[in-house]
Amino acid sequence: MSIFKNVEDKKEAKETENGLFEKLKDGLNKTKSGIFSKINDLFSKDKELDDKFFDELEEVLIQADIGVHTTMKMIDDLKVKVKKEEIENTEEFYKVFKEELSEFLQEEKGGLILKKGLNIIIVVGVNGSGKTTTIAKIASKYKKQNKDVMIAACDTFRAAAIDQLEVWTNRLGLRLVAQKEGSDAAAVAYDAIQSARSKDVDLLIIDTAGRLHTQKNLMEELKKVKRVVYKEAEEAHKQLLLILDATNGQNAISQAKIFDKAVNIDGIALTKLDGTAKGGIVIAVKDELDIPIKLIGVGEGENDLQVFDPEQFVEALFS
Amino acid sequence: MIFSGLAEKLQDTLKKLSGKGKLNEKDVETALREVKLALLEADVNYKVVKNLISRIKKRAVGQEVMESLTPAQQVVKIVNEELTNLMGGEQSEVNISSEPPTLIMLVGLQGSGKTTTAGKLSKMFKKQGKTPLLVAGDIYRPAAIKQLQILGDRLEVPVFSMGDKQDPVDIIKAGLSKAKTAGHDIVILDTAGRLHIDEEMMEELKEIKNETDPDEILLVVDSMTGQDAVNVSENFDKSLGINGVILTKLDGDARGGAALSVKAVTGKPIKFIGTGEKLDNFEPFHPDRMSNRILGMGDVLSLIEKAEEAIDKEKAAKLEKRLKNNQFTFDDFLDQLEQLRDMGPLDQIMGMLPGMGNMKQLKNLQVDDKQLDHIEAIINSMTKEERNDPDIINGSRRKRIATGSGTSIQEVNRLLKQYRQTKKMIKKFNSGKAKGLMGNMNLPF
Repeated sequence: MSIFKNVEDKKEAKETENGLFEKLKDGLNKTKSGIFSKINDLFSKDKELDDKFFDELEEVLIQADIGVHTTMKMIDDLKVKVKKEEIENTEEFYKVFKEELSEFLQEEKGGLILKKGLNIIIVVGVNGSGKTTTIAKIASKYKKQNKDVMIAACDTFRAAAIDQLEVWTNRLGLRLVAQKEGSDAAAVAYDAIQSARSKDVDLLIIDTAGRLHTQKNLMEELKKVKRVVYKEAEEAHKQLLLILDATNGQNAISQAKIFDKAVNIDGIALTKLDGTAKGGIVIAVKDELDIPIKLIGVGEGENDLQVFDPEQFVEALFS
Repeated sequence: MIFSGLAEKLQDTLKKLSGKGKLNEKDVETALREVKLALLEADVNYKVVKNLISRIKKRAVGQEVMESLTPAQQVVKIVNEELTNLMGGEQSEVNISSEPPTLIMLVGLQGSGKTTTAGKLSKMFKKQGKTPLLVAGDIYRPAAIKQLQILGDRLEVPVFSMGDKQDPVDIIKAGLSKAKTAGHDIVILDTAGRLHIDEEMMEELKEIKNETDPDEILLVVDSMTGQDAVNVSENFDKSLGINGVILTKLDGDARGGAALSVKAVTGKPIKFIGTGEKLDNFEPFHPDRMSNRILGMGDVLSLIEKAEEAIDKEKAAKLEKRLKNNQFTFDDFLDQLEQLRDMGPLDQIMGMLPGMGNMKQLKNLQVDDKQLDHIEAIINSMTKEERNDPDIINGSRRKRIATGSGTSIQEVNRLLKQYRQTKKMIKKFNSGKAKGLMGNMNLPF
């Protein structure tokens, strides 16, 4: 019977995956019709691969938030390739360009992996990046897979942050561990671990207060939360997920750098890709920091959180 | 510090230029290429940068500059002027309606900081003697109303809400009539965060606008926004006709280029900036001063304003009198400390001093407000007698003070020493051996 269930599960998973791909394309369509259509424009006309062409390419890439540094690197690479491989027209160049873009992204798919026993995900990020919404989406996904999910409200700072989580957990039927506003975040995390253990929870997601990465005291508080969790829940499978807002520009790199230095990031979830934001920052973050992108948010619905797939990502950008 | 990354880059570039006596076209071009990259790294929109650079170039390679005795300074001046222009020249005020209440509507993307900004804005108006009312128009985000209510409680500003089941237009209309009857002169409307391409939601905002005719529609923009800032602001402006922009989260290390882009694309001024977590970390935006800050010329005007706001004139006069009679006690010390603090976080204050904002040594120095906490705690642990006559503080008293304030005897000793030095100096001043009393006060950090 368990085998049947597995097959059923897989079937269902496949179906949603297809649906999700459409959604991703949909979300990225806006991205595409924004800047990346300009890339297609650039390539469609039969242009000479001269300085003017590369200037235009530079403009397109920077406007996609790929960042000055990575853009310059990419263009230098491309210029060398054009010379070496004697590329003469835009059609051939387009191929090389796509390859180059893939090279700058990661090879493997993203996604979160849950192990047997207690899993803990600590979610961190700057104010307004979409932490709470992303947590709700992750929780909803695993809840649907019949996992027992608990959320710890360690954002004890922002007014009504706990209420926001309460609304979500009620809506999704999840467990919530919370204390009152202003209490010690690490203490809430500690309580949550005890409670998760006694209730045999599969996944504990810890919401932390949004903080600008430059606020040293708040980063210290975050370190403390991490310390407590890693020490207290030794047996658990723990991950630290950084939420980045796709509408952010090159500051996202600085955010990733500083958060990584403070608490060691295991992966990134890129949110708000459903606007006109280009998400090019993914390429810059990957290029400069080599932290894998795990998830992307492409909409406001519970199901609009997807596994990051570099191939699909590039494919969807150009299809 | 605000715009510090951009500032540092630009100053470095321009410094290199100043080292040269005469400039040729190539010097200017190399420098401008650096300026261009610095602006792009600060997330200023590509098109905006391109236009700006071509304008600067046109002026900088003109005869006026090349023939001047100090061509590099001329170039810096041109960059400064063009930057100021780009940011919008003079400061822009909020339109206050001749028939109260004035309705201010805040719009923007999710997570840009609308609700917090609504709170900060109401605090600013309250400080100006106005009677603001906050209206909770975000019925979609869970607990958004609660968040506004908590902020209102903290600020003692009333919040009008009708829960999340009513149509926002109805809520706002009811809020407005409540404001009229209760005599509120400012109504600040918090709306739901939305994507600029979400047409349905945009329609709702348009309806709110048509039905309530706001005096000000302010777009709240996250200063960390990248190239997309242009699309966002263009779309909001096209649909709603915004009056200005509030730039948030400037206390991070964002280089804030979005600010420049938004102004350039919409032509609408940046009116306020949010510079910190606390509800009074909020100030009017002065383009000319900001441009000065970016180019390292300091922002003395803002500093003076802050000082005027914080310093209690009456107390200052009293203190002056006491100082003249050599009566300087720990109570005076404490008063001074509090006034200094009211000016805001120390690192922000220091950033306003000419040449200080970007001194390399200061870059990693996070001025520790905690040190001031310790000093305050120490003084608060003294008895009235001790504060008036610190000479009586002997060993056992020191021990008691250290324990009472949760500090160490060393710290208490250090403070006593600083106090004695200050007092000595006051004596010197009074005997006419030195001038510029306040300027040389030995403050304890």
